[in-house]
Amino acid sequence: MNLKTRSLPDRLHSPRSQVFKNWETLLFAVAVSIFVVNSFASPYFLDAWGLSDATFNFTEKAMIAFAMALLIITGEIDLSVASIIALASTAMGAGLQLGLGTTELVFIGLAVGLLCGAFNAVLVTVLGLPSIVVTIGTMSLFRGISYIVLGDQAYRGYPPDFAFFGQGYVFWVFSFELVLFAVLALIYGILLHKTNFGRTIYAIGNNPTGALFSGIRVQRVKFILFLLTGLMSGVAAICLTSRLGSTRPSIGAGMELEVITMVVLGGVNILGGSGTILGVVLAAFVMGLVTFGFGLLNVPGIVMSIFIGLLLIGVIALPRLWKMFLNRR
Amino acid sequence: MIKRFLIARETLLLGVILLLIALVASRFPGFVSAGNLVNVFNDTAPLIILALGQMVVIVTRCIDLSVAGNLALTGMAVAMLNSVAPGLPIPIILTISILLGAGMGLMNGLLVWKLEIPPIVVTLGTMTIFRGIIFLISDGKWVNAHEMSASFTGFPRAETMGLPVMSWIAIGVSLMFLLLITRTSLGRAFFAVGGNPHAAVYTGINVGKTQCAAFVISGALAGLVGYLWVARYAVAYVDIAGGFELEVVAACVIGGISIAGGLGSVGGAVLGALFLGVVKNALPVVHISPFWQLAISGAAIVIAVTFNARSNRSSGRVILKPARSNS
Amino acid sequence: MPQQQTLTDKEMTLPILQLSGIVKIFPGVKALDKVSLNLYPGQVTALVGENGAGKSTIVKVLTGIYQPDDGEILLDGQAINFPTAHHASAAGITAIHQETVLFDDLTVAENIFIGHAPRTKLGLIDTQETSKLAQQLLQGIGADIDPSIRLRDLGIASKHMVAIARALSIDARVVIMDEPTAALSYKEIQELYELVEQLKSQGKAILFISHKFDEIFEIADRFNVFRDGQFIDEGKIESVTEADLVQLMVGRSVNKIYPQRQEKICEDVLEVKSYCHPTEFDDINFTLGRGEILGFYGLVGAGRSELMQSLFGITKPSDGIVKIGGEITTIRSPADAVGHGIVYVPEDRGKQGVVIGLPIFQNVTLPSLSQTSQKGFIRLAEEFKLAREYTQRLDLRASSLDQDVGNLSGGNQQKVVIAKWLATQPKVIILDEPTKGIDIGSKAAVHEFMSDLAEQGLSVIMVSSEIPEVLGMSDRVIVMREGRMVAELAGDDLSPEALIRHAAGIGEVNP
Repeated sequence: MNLKTRSLPDRLHSPRSQVFKNWETLLFAVAVSIFVVNSFASPYFLDAWGLSDATFNFTEKAMIAFAMALLIITGEIDLSVASIIALASTAMGAGLQLGLGTTELVFIGLAVGLLCGAFNAVLVTVLGLPSIVVTIGTMSLFRGISYIVLGDQAYRGYPPDFAFFGQGYVFWVFSFELVLFAVLALIYGILLHKTNFGRTIYAIGNNPTGALFSGIRVQRVKFILFLLTGLMSGVAAICLTSRLGSTRPSIGAGMELEVITMVVLGGVNILGGSGTILGVVLAAFVMGLVTFGFGLLNVPGIVMSIFIGLLLIGVIALPRLWKMFLNRR
Repeated sequence: MIKRFLIARETLLLGVILLLIALVASRFPGFVSAGNLVNVFNDTAPLIILALGQMVVIVTRCIDLSVAGNLALTGMAVAMLNSVAPGLPIPIILTISILLGAGMGLMNGLLVWKLEIPPIVVTLGTMTIFRGIIFLISDGKWVNAHEMSASFTGFPRAETMGLPVMSWIAIGVSLMFLLLITRTSLGRAFFAVGGNPHAAVYTGINVGKTQCAAFVISGALAGLVGYLWVARYAVAYVDIAGGFELEVVAACVIGGISIAGGLGSVGGAVLGALFLGVVKNALPVVHISPFWQLAISGAAIVIAVTFNARSNRSSGRVILKPARSNS
Repeated sequence: MPQQQTLTDKEMTLPILQLSGIVKIFPGVKALDKVSLNLYPGQVTALVGENGAGKSTIVKVLTGIYQPDDGEILLDGQAINFPTAHHASAAGITAIHQETVLFDDLTVAENIFIGHAPRTKLGLIDTQETSKLAQQLLQGIGADIDPSIRLRDLGIASKHMVAIARALSIDARVVIMDEPTAALSYKEIQELYELVEQLKSQGKAILFISHKFDEIFEIADRFNVFRDGQFIDEGKIESVTEADLVQLMVGRSVNKIYPQRQEKICEDVLEVKSYCHPTEFDDINFTLGRGEILGFYGLVGAGRSELMQSLFGITKPSDGIVKIGGEITTIRSPADAVGHGIVYVPEDRGKQGVVIGLPIFQNVTLPSLSQTSQKGFIRLAEEFKLAREYTQRLDLRASSLDQDVGNLSGGNQQKVVIAKWLATQPKVIILDEPTKGIDIGSKAAVHEFMSDLAEQGLSVIMVSSEIPEVLGMSDRVIVMREGRMVAELAGDDLSPEALIRHAAGIGEVNP
């Protein structure tokens, strides 16, 4: 064998030297400045319990966003997440009517989430249909079933211990949802960045054909990710239902948009291939802080949504405009 | 014939619709009375118009989720305009709503063309932005019937030659699209860009510009429907036509328009919209709760996309010559 | 044809189209480096050069797909540029592209006239006129195709005829033919030659790009040689021999470039029996020995890649048996194939070979992650170690292992793909057009490396359309035509003539 002595260096730049060029660094700076601005703008902002309350603005969405980030990195999307919440919540409400206890309700919530995820997964990975149409369809279908079951009614009267998931505190101001958010962030961070599974997600997102031709079971990975997204929607359904204490078919309506905005704002490429969990976590904080700050300033929710819409387009448009500006000069 | 395959699919859909009508009529004969059928068609007219606009967008491999937001914003704008200037003639109102809608479509189109932002992101964003702007300009208030002039609300409902103007507009738009799709180079370009963007460049077609044109068309129609909608229901508020964008996409998918681009027809879009319209109007007749509608259209999307993919599956390139004795 | 000769000699002084000093740079590659090209009326200029010489790039510059970074294009002595494909066709330049750039879901007539369909007085497209003209064009080139049929329903050869009709639908003065015969049968090629003669007599300038020397010497009047993106030479075709042209293309004598190997083929590693696919190939039977290099030759579209991708688990066969090491094996996916020691280096490197966006080391370890990880968790040190070992063996040229593969040249990307597979320690490596589009230096390295691998006992299947490569590298060659094996050649039977004859089916057409 012609053993040449020349060997390539592993890296030219250490990962630490790149830290200032990161999207995450920018997001962190944005989060800090919003925090500072808000604390000057409103005297009520810097309050431990108030801030703790504010985390409910994003914890449920962020749980879904972690799984959605993985899905979007592979180049797929799930628009049905908010409808899965509705269906899972409706199923729990129906269970409640049968006199089931908290444990069973939680089980129902998770199971319905998984089943919905599996339904999307089969359509996309087994039948090979485009995920965007499939999930637009199941978005109507899942919520539609809730409407059939509930109509203009609501389920109420969840058991007191069920309230813990959305209203309970684990320690001091740290709510169950916040702790769950932190744990899930850690789990998803490790899954995406430290495991073989995570590596295959990036490979698929950058080049699905190339990944397939490298012996990766592309459809299996996508199947698992749809399941995970369904499962996380189930988890979010439990938290949200517990927090609201009731189930209406319109529960969580429009949440899919905020979840996707969170993922894109977190620096995940909507076309797949790149993104980090840290970015999504920071985006969650940014969106949560903005919502909280606007709330304190009595800005109506719908104006918030303009801001979210602008944010969604802006975070992608601004870097491109900047590049065009630089090229023109 | 040219589009033997497409026509076969449309015939199938037409058959399903007729079957549906027949089923309902067998129990409730009143459903097939001329008056009721006109009603059903008129009720579906906005969906037909928007589905046609959405069709050209989807054919170019994009999607426009902002149509309902556009519709509502244009509707609110012309309703407010009418309340302050009741004397404004209808042709001017129509022109303003089409231009306003087209402007919003242009905004989507430019973001997709010049900044190359994925259409789903652009229109998810503009969908919420448009709704938000309605709130800002209206301050969350409603514009009610008594604030609108009689000519403003009367126009879409006026009957000419047995059909309301609204229906005639839907028919007119359908015919225009038939010409656009089959007889103009822009129509060809839509299909070329969606079918094979790489090859479109080789034939001198600007892919982004063509997609932008599709968004402008879709936006202009959303604007047109915005006025018609507000005038017909004689009310304008932030949430009118909420979630209607999904119904529009559903009509396209049911009509066999491939989300992968390059495939679709005017007949498909119209029939897809009619299918949903018939279902919607039949539910109360057969005493099924209207709450079933959302699930039915969701199921119809899933079934249609599955069916389309099945019948569309190309066998790849055929290398073997058929029927030849072994060499 | 003495008359025509004098006519063209007179007009020789005035080329229709002159390109000089054309430069085209892509990130990391100088695809064209100050090349020049002259096209004369009524003359066929053959543009020859190896893959990667810049032929396709110059075609794209001429047709307005690419904008040159420097240089000058003169049309009738006037400087001109083509910002879009429209401008080029408006200037009378038309091309039959190598890849079919047509639309499957439009009809034949719509495809031919897209962008310049005849109009009615109202400005609408005149569909009847379109059909009629399309019919005439198709008849003119001897193609019996219904213009109202959807393109999707046509075979490759028919699609190619549509592409030719499309090129001729523009009233052009310059016709570019980029490998026009690759997908055509013997009869269709003869018809194409007649068409070329017809175009010549109409005074059109023709740029003819081909790898086939017999074609070049049959119809070209002039030649123009590119090598590695540079202009090498031009002149009249009579003034050179085939050997001269090869010398000019390669820059050295061809005989020396293939490494010599001692044959020592032992037991069979792979056995394929009556292997079938409903539309792509039929009744394939062959064996592959340990340390053997088995060549697969055929025209483009003969089903060779499709066969290989099926063996690699991409598409499902309809019937047949695959034995690996004597055991019957079912391969349902590439992951299965890799597990059984079969790996595939695809022709389409950018799409199927490397994962652009991931760094070199992650590309190399992608199929071997289970080797470098612990319980599913990544161990970076191990990954770098494995990647370093194999990239070093292949003498990869890059700045670091952390560099995006997208920034590497074609040859180095190919090395990454091969390194990726060697790291899995395979039994059989399938190389599909292994040297297509890579520079000559890397080409020789890949050849040498293939030879080394075989020496070490790895079995190699090489799909190649380049006759010198097939002859130089293979121990045995299987020729395919239209999805079927038509010949298995070895030893003294192996000759360029035999390969071409079997691949084109000439012996059968004229018995």
